[in-house]
Amino acid sequence: MSATKPDSDHQNPSQNMHTSQPCPHATPAADPLTLNLPLVQKILVGFIRNEVLRTGLKRVVFGLSGGIDSTLAAYLAAEALGPENVMGVRMPYSSSSSETMEHGQLVADRLGIQSKTLSIAAQVDSYFSQLSPDVTRLRRANMMARQRMTILYDQSAEFQALVLGTSNKTELLLGYGTLHGDMASALNPIGDLYKSQVWELSEHMGVPPEIVKKPPTADLWAGQTDEDELGFSYADVDRLLVRMVDQRIPLADLENEGFQKQFIERVARMVRTTQFKRRLPLIAKVGPRTIDRDFRYSRDWGT
Amino acid sequence: MSNDDQKTSPSSLNRPFRVAVAQIAPKLGDVAANLEMHKRIISETTAAGADLVVFPELSLTGYFLRDLVSEVALKRDSSEIIQLSDVSSHTSVVFGLVEESSQNQIYNGAVWVEGGVVQAVHRKAYLPTYGMFDESRYFAAGNRMRCFDTRLGRVGILICEDAWHLSNTVILGADGADLIILMGNSPARGVNTAELASQAVWHHIARNVAMFLNVPVVFANRVGYEDGVCFFGSSQVIAPGGSTLAQAAQLEEEILWATIDPSATRQARIITPLARDERLELTLRELERIAHERNQA
Repeated sequence: MSATKPDSDHQNPSQNMHTSQPCPHATPAADPLTLNLPLVQKILVGFIRNEVLRTGLKRVVFGLSGGIDSTLAAYLAAEALGPENVMGVRMPYSSSSSETMEHGQLVADRLGIQSKTLSIAAQVDSYFSQLSPDVTRLRRANMMARQRMTILYDQSAEFQALVLGTSNKTELLLGYGTLHGDMASALNPIGDLYKSQVWELSEHMGVPPEIVKKPPTADLWAGQTDEDELGFSYADVDRLLVRMVDQRIPLADLENEGFQKQFIERVARMVRTTQFKRRLPLIAKVGPRTIDRDFRYSRDWGT
Repeated sequence: MSNDDQKTSPSSLNRPFRVAVAQIAPKLGDVAANLEMHKRIISETTAAGADLVVFPELSLTGYFLRDLVSEVALKRDSSEIIQLSDVSSHTSVVFGLVEESSQNQIYNGAVWVEGGVVQAVHRKAYLPTYGMFDESRYFAAGNRMRCFDTRLGRVGILICEDAWHLSNTVILGADGADLIILMGNSPARGVNTAELASQAVWHHIARNVAMFLNVPVVFANRVGYEDGVCFFGSSQVIAPGGSTLAQAAQLEEEILWATIDPSATRQARIITPLARDERLELTLRELERIAHERNQA
């Protein structure tokens, strides 16, 4: 998607370092996607420990998909709280791939965390059996994601746990997730890490290579992969987003850096049109102090 | 034009003194709990021989207070300030608070207590209101930048963003600082390089202040998390000239100890007499010219 490296491969984000033309007299700046891995690990582990324990709870529960995001979240949570305080829930549907289940099991075994399997097939099928059969694939996918969320929140009550979010910064910015589904959580340790950075940190923390190397997928239908569906690679979109969002480079300047105009415009539009997914619902203001507008408190108030 | 002999510091300690920097994680908005923590730390460090205990910015309240500021604000005669004064008979203590004036203006403040009384109050003059910071919405800006006399010598306090404005360092140097206290609530940001970017910048600032003013510098930063934001700690005590006397752990609570030796300050001032050569009249003349030209523009 960029003139400098159109064939970049998500499996090795570090290949994309220093591809832009350096200024003649400038020392090369650090690649903005490169992480000080031990430091980031320490901050994120501390985040989970601190933000969970201050609520009076000591456990987390999360959807164990065997994908890279939930695996990294599980590795961080196991280190933060101890594996006995981490519960991964596998929630297969009838179309879920066997790899999803196997990799979920692999993560649970490696970390020694608790895990359980609760199928969503009956509740999803029961609902759609009442509707006409021409319901779109996207609606079915969103329903599955939301059924999983309701299960996680119910399990969190049983396990006396908080729901751990597993959405990365790339998908949050692109809105590539289901509102009130996989985007729902109590706390998210990886929401400020781009997908490329999720891979980087996962390798550093010893996530099994078969999980790091496989193409990312929501596994909501057979053969689905994120990058096919999005139409661009994570490596490319991460390089664009970090310039656009974190470094606030004007869109016109990004074009001069070698990103294709259509790519820039499409990504900018995705970020803009999915802003609603990253905010609380709109509240019609009539009173003197409206929640989050002029009633402003931190969530960690008093802890 | 230094204040040499213009002011007589009342019975300044001429012996080395022990500093304890309290790198803590306050409870957000819970003044009672934080007050108990302050008293416990002051009691323990006093027993261990501290002459000075330094807490970070907003140590009695935590940082992301937002609408809580008015609920946690303390007036000068509040029982919390009196209680901390009461435990300062043998140890000087500086702590951070939300301070409310008699006119109900609310400041991001620092209070220096010693000998059982409040010796000085500094009000943060530069309130960051950009990016992740929103202080001007919640606080009034202080209007003074000046040193004050203590039993440890003449002290200047810079609260976080204050230290990012070189003008304040210049003022406190001209006002005869023997010791600079930097009280921070600096978040951990910038994880692309070997050293945490925000930490690297703060350590540059502390070293530069110590180097340019030839005074010891105490940088007290907090740790802990608030709404996902992590404060990095790594508090420091820097010797006149810029060498590091002591540095606390990154991200962990700690009481950092160091000994500050006034004779080292004397040596530094003799070897590099920057304060002697400072030309206050020149600075003033040029700043007045610039202000005049700006008004004309």
